[in-house]
Amino acid sequence: MVVLAGGLSHERDVSLRSGRRVAEALRDVGVDVEVRDVDARLLTTLRDEPPLCVLPLLHGETGEDGALREVLELLEVPYVGAPPSACRAAFDKPVAKVLVAGEAVRTPRSVTLPHEAFRELGAAAVMRLMVGSLGLPLIVKPARGGSALGCTAVRQEDALPGAMVTAFAYGATALVEQLVEGTEVAVPVLDTGSGPQALPVVSIEPDGGVYDYTARYTAGSTRFEVPAKLADEVAAECARVATAAHRVLGLRDLSRSDLMVDAEGTVWFLEVNVAPGLTETSTVPLSAHAAGLDLGELMVDLVHAAVARRAAET
Amino acid sequence: MSRRARGGATRLDSYVDRYAARTLGMTASEIRALFSVASRPEVVSLAGGMPNITGLPLDVVGGAISDLVEHDGPAAMQYGSGQGDPGLREQICDVMRLEGIEGHPDDVVVTVGSQQAVDLVTRIFCDPGDVVIAEAPSYVGALGVFRAFQCDVVHVEMDGDGLVPAALAEAIRAVRADGKQIKFIYTIPNYHNPAGVSLASVRREEVLDIAREADVLILEDNPYGLLGFDDGPHRALRADEPDGVIYLGSFSKTFAPGFRVGWALAPHAVREKLVLAQEAATLCPPSFSQLAVRSYLSTHDWQGQVKAFREMYRERRDAMVEALEDMMPRGARWNIPNGGFYVWLTLPDGLDAKTMLPRAVTSRVAYVPGTAFFADGSGAQSMRLSYCYPTPDRIREGVRRLVAVIEEEMELRETFGTMPGARRERLASRGYESPNTDLR
Repeated sequence: MVVLAGGLSHERDVSLRSGRRVAEALRDVGVDVEVRDVDARLLTTLRDEPPLCVLPLLHGETGEDGALREVLELLEVPYVGAPPSACRAAFDKPVAKVLVAGEAVRTPRSVTLPHEAFRELGAAAVMRLMVGSLGLPLIVKPARGGSALGCTAVRQEDALPGAMVTAFAYGATALVEQLVEGTEVAVPVLDTGSGPQALPVVSIEPDGGVYDYTARYTAGSTRFEVPAKLADEVAAECARVATAAHRVLGLRDLSRSDLMVDAEGTVWFLEVNVAPGLTETSTVPLSAHAAGLDLGELMVDLVHAAVARRAAET
Repeated sequence: MSRRARGGATRLDSYVDRYAARTLGMTASEIRALFSVASRPEVVSLAGGMPNITGLPLDVVGGAISDLVEHDGPAAMQYGSGQGDPGLREQICDVMRLEGIEGHPDDVVVTVGSQQAVDLVTRIFCDPGDVVIAEAPSYVGALGVFRAFQCDVVHVEMDGDGLVPAALAEAIRAVRADGKQIKFIYTIPNYHNPAGVSLASVRREEVLDIAREADVLILEDNPYGLLGFDDGPHRALRADEPDGVIYLGSFSKTFAPGFRVGWALAPHAVREKLVLAQEAATLCPPSFSQLAVRSYLSTHDWQGQVKAFREMYRERRDAMVEALEDMMPRGARWNIPNGGFYVWLTLPDGLDAKTMLPRAVTSRVAYVPGTAFFADGSGAQSMRLSYCYPTPDRIREGVRRLVAVIEEEMELRETFGTMPGARRERLASRGYESPNTDLR
């Protein structure tokens, strides 16, 4: 089995952590696993020595945008996770928001614009229009990417230009979204062959109030509760939203939806991850653990499903 | 799959309430994560400060190590003196003599790289809240040590001639007026990391006079002193002030960093404390590495090797400076280092090297944002560019990519009104203006 980790995206370090964690978990259950980076030798290796299955744990571009999976399809190698077309839709936050909203799911109002639009129309005027329409506070994010890289909460209008520049450092298009205050939750969805099932909801309370890169990857700096202390109907709605996102986007095997629950108990969809983090501080392993699932065994089940799927296709 | 549900609240670190206060800053960082990409061969890394040791005669080193194992193996693999091997300490005194220092082997403490020497000196002198005066900018590794010991770092202005004496005097006065205790002045007088400048000869006397007058110890960190391109080794501060200066040296740049051998030369009483601190930390510096370095120094023309290193680094410095002069937009400023590994580049007004780094990584070029070199996180307009490791062709390619990134960033900043001035003029006019004299 080959775990793909690393790559050249901004989330390389997170991916390497995920890869190490999953490889350890697989070895703990007796699986022979090799961790490989993505480089010019990868295709030759996969073609000449096809593995039983590939676990793509690449975060960010190439890994989550469907590109690598297209290549795995060409190679006809079994792999765990969503197909390329689903990845393309899910990785693009604005596209995913629109598709998921069609499933009677709330998602914060937002505007998606490339850098060129600001240049051509005049940034000041566009930003004024955005604030006038969406109000404050806002959160500015790169339209594609994860780990909260390039994300900035904007509470004062004069902070918006700087937040835009920060987001555009990570990509050509930015998503400007109403900031929902409340409890941030993560909901993994698992499908080992009997349909997508939501795993326990994880609530996230970062010490500094912001679940940024430091809060995500520094053990001890965030308090997690799993299952989250939510009213039963709110927890059920979180599960429904995450499962709906998984289904409507055509995802497979494992995904994680990031949601907000506001003071009224309304659940808001923010984004979904096709290669969710599996590091020591990630929420998916926490949720799986709370569900009584061993991470290694869970991965083995997903591998079996992927191998069976490929066999059925051929 | 078996299921046994286990939930609840967790912070994923059961020791989180037990760490010392000094660990507060030890957190994951976005910038550090981006450097993970810089290690890939597709990226031209102008970030790291790794010495380029491809020119080392590995056959000679291998032979020396082989002889060491054959003839002195048991000693090389045994514990040694906490102060370090006596023979090596004598050789260290010979090395320091090249910079005018008449030290005694008894006053030398061998350390695990000079980085450990910074740690030991800070450990024996500094309580939380004590002040360390350091250049602005200063070596990131030293700032990490000072932070770990909860020191307050007060930065002092530099210019093209190094530390500004008047600013140093004023900083000492201001700190004392504030009722705080200054434990030492940390300085890299030669081919500074990251600023690339050297302390002018006339200023050396002034700095020593100021420190002497104020009764403040100087910690002189000199890893690059023998790597000057045109000027010979500068006279060390320690050469003229045996009692008020602790001198730190290293074989990491003149031989190889993997051996992790550095040293401190300290006044006798301080040396005693350093030895005890060294023994508490490691029992002794690694015997094998020390004896390997000793063997290399005694059997090889090590000064000839350092000369070869200098020529290689000079070629790389030239490649970087020429590329900067050819391609950088007007408004960017940089110094021309006369030795060492680094160019300090200040971006046109309104740009932020830290914010720009993800764009640079996307364009497959990496640098270290200036914020890393200031205890208070300032310095965002500047960056450190290393020329020590990439080949001249890769350096030129790296600068080409960096310039494209800067131009994109300028355009973006101007779109959002966060950059003063007119872009067209800057883009139309490229080229070197003057040495960077605003190292703040």
